[in-house]
Amino acid sequence: MLIFFLLCVSFFSYSAVLYFSETPEKEPSGSLAAEGKLIWQQKNCSACHQLYGLGGHLGPDLTNVYSTRSEAYIRAFLKNGSPVMPDFKLSDQEMKALTAFFKYTNSTGTASPRSFSKHSDGTISQP
Amino acid sequence: MLSALLFGLTAALQYIAPGFWRNTFSFEKLRPLHVSSAVFWIILAAIGTVLSYLQQHNQQPLKNLRLVSIQYYLFIVSFTAVLISYCFGIFGGREYWEFHPVFAIPIVTAWLFFIINFFVNISFAQKQPVYIWMWITGITFFLFTYLESNLWLIPSIRNHLVKDMTIQWKSYGSIVGSWNMLIYGSSIFLMDKIAGNRKYSFSKIGFGLYFLGLFNLMFNWGHHIYTLPTYGFVKNIGYLVSMTEIFLLGRIIFLWKQSLNTAKKHIHLQPFKFLIAADVWIFLTLGLAIAMSIPALNLYMHGTHVIVAHTMGATIGINSMILLAFVYDLLDDTCQSLNSFRKLIHKGYWLLNISLFFFWISLIIAGFIKSYWQMNQPDVAFGSMMLTLKPWMYLFYFAGTGLATGFAIVLYPVIRNKIMCYFQRRQKPASTLEALKAA
Repeated sequence: MLIFFLLCVSFFSYSAVLYFSETPEKEPSGSLAAEGKLIWQQKNCSACHQLYGLGGHLGPDLTNVYSTRSEAYIRAFLKNGSPVMPDFKLSDQEMKALTAFFKYTNSTGTASPRSFSKHSDGTISQP
Repeated sequence: MLSALLFGLTAALQYIAPGFWRNTFSFEKLRPLHVSSAVFWIILAAIGTVLSYLQQHNQQPLKNLRLVSIQYYLFIVSFTAVLISYCFGIFGGREYWEFHPVFAIPIVTAWLFFIINFFVNISFAQKQPVYIWMWITGITFFLFTYLESNLWLIPSIRNHLVKDMTIQWKSYGSIVGSWNMLIYGSSIFLMDKIAGNRKYSFSKIGFGLYFLGLFNLMFNWGHHIYTLPTYGFVKNIGYLVSMTEIFLLGRIIFLWKQSLNTAKKHIHLQPFKFLIAADVWIFLTLGLAIAMSIPALNLYMHGTHVIVAHTMGATIGINSMILLAFVYDLLDDTCQSLNSFRKLIHKGYWLLNISLFFFWISLIIAGFIKSYWQMNQPDVAFGSMMLTLKPWMYLFYFAGTGLATGFAIVLYPVIRNKIMCYFQRRQKPASTLEALKAA
């Protein structure tokens, strides 16, 4: 019972630290990017695409698509889809919001596993 | 479960015929239909088993059957509504819980009823076996972690991507640990039932392993997000805690011979056969999980199909095999003897496990190819890399078909038995306990 109690206290304290501590990213998303994030969820983009390697496997990881491709390229994909991706019939505003979201995800860090350093104790460090 | 298999096979077609049903039933609809069906199968079967075994533990029917019915219908209606909403392209949640957040209300309400049902049927006057502790843990932590997975609804969390993803994967890691507590607790109950004594349920090692499981449920989720630029301490805690799983792996190897002897003794029992299969899958999945928990190795596997292989090993190889053991224990031959189906079940069992092995291997190989591309071929386009995976995706699809067929074969006799029970009950009402056992 004591072990159970101690573990629960540690768990809830750990959870509280995560909820209330300073955020790891420098800036929150702007309102347009926040709108883009909701569209990302409403269209279920994560079924096929990943952010930081988390998500589906049918399409590429889009964390840093803003820096690896041009804004025009992103908009062309969003407008027409691809032979695999359906045309979601997004409005101009929705495309702007999604592009702003990709700009924001790009600003939070680098997802490519190539860019990480590996250490002898098995840990890795961010670029 | 049948809908999980059906939608899984249809979704998997997209890997060998990209763009299939692109404009009608595309992947963003099929994947959540498959995933949510599988999650609902696990949750509903786990709840049904806990309530059924609770009656056997207490040796009396549940106290409030009306509440059990309300809970049951709330789950069924909300889960069905979720699947229908996917067909219409209505989403709003995140990966694994893609449904609109409004569905969280009936799901949480039904879970609260489950909690009430459980606690009114439990007595704390005497020392309880470890499986009761595991059920208590699973039931309460599921509610907490499910609510936690909805914290993205608060704008201050949602608008900080990295923090939001950290909390999202914290909740996912713990929620899986929670339903595992329900399933593993029930498997300990079943093992005791087969062995005919309750030595393990009250043993020090039983409680020791329970606390190790609880410790991992709470703190081991960090390995999901090693590449996310989140708090360093989350990753370090995740790495250290994950390594305690080596103890479990070592124990399986150490007790291998003893397990084989026990298996020989009980192999004629259908539920035991599924528990043995689950044991083998625990060994394979745990080995992969430990490798994935080392950050430097995780880097090569993260974002690849190796992670999918791990998930499939855990949900099909471990969870579903154990749940099938419960299905055979609870629904076995209540209304019709299964003797005439023994050979069919045997064939289905082997088809299921061999197909799962090839399914698992095909994903691991596809994952290694993608990993090589991620680490070494920055100039090769994503689409070109996907083409190189094609042969393994064919194996994945055909093994998946074998897997679905194996499941259908092993489920057929028990579903038939259930239908027989339904018609027999219409002729002669069963006792409350029998009726619940059959349900």
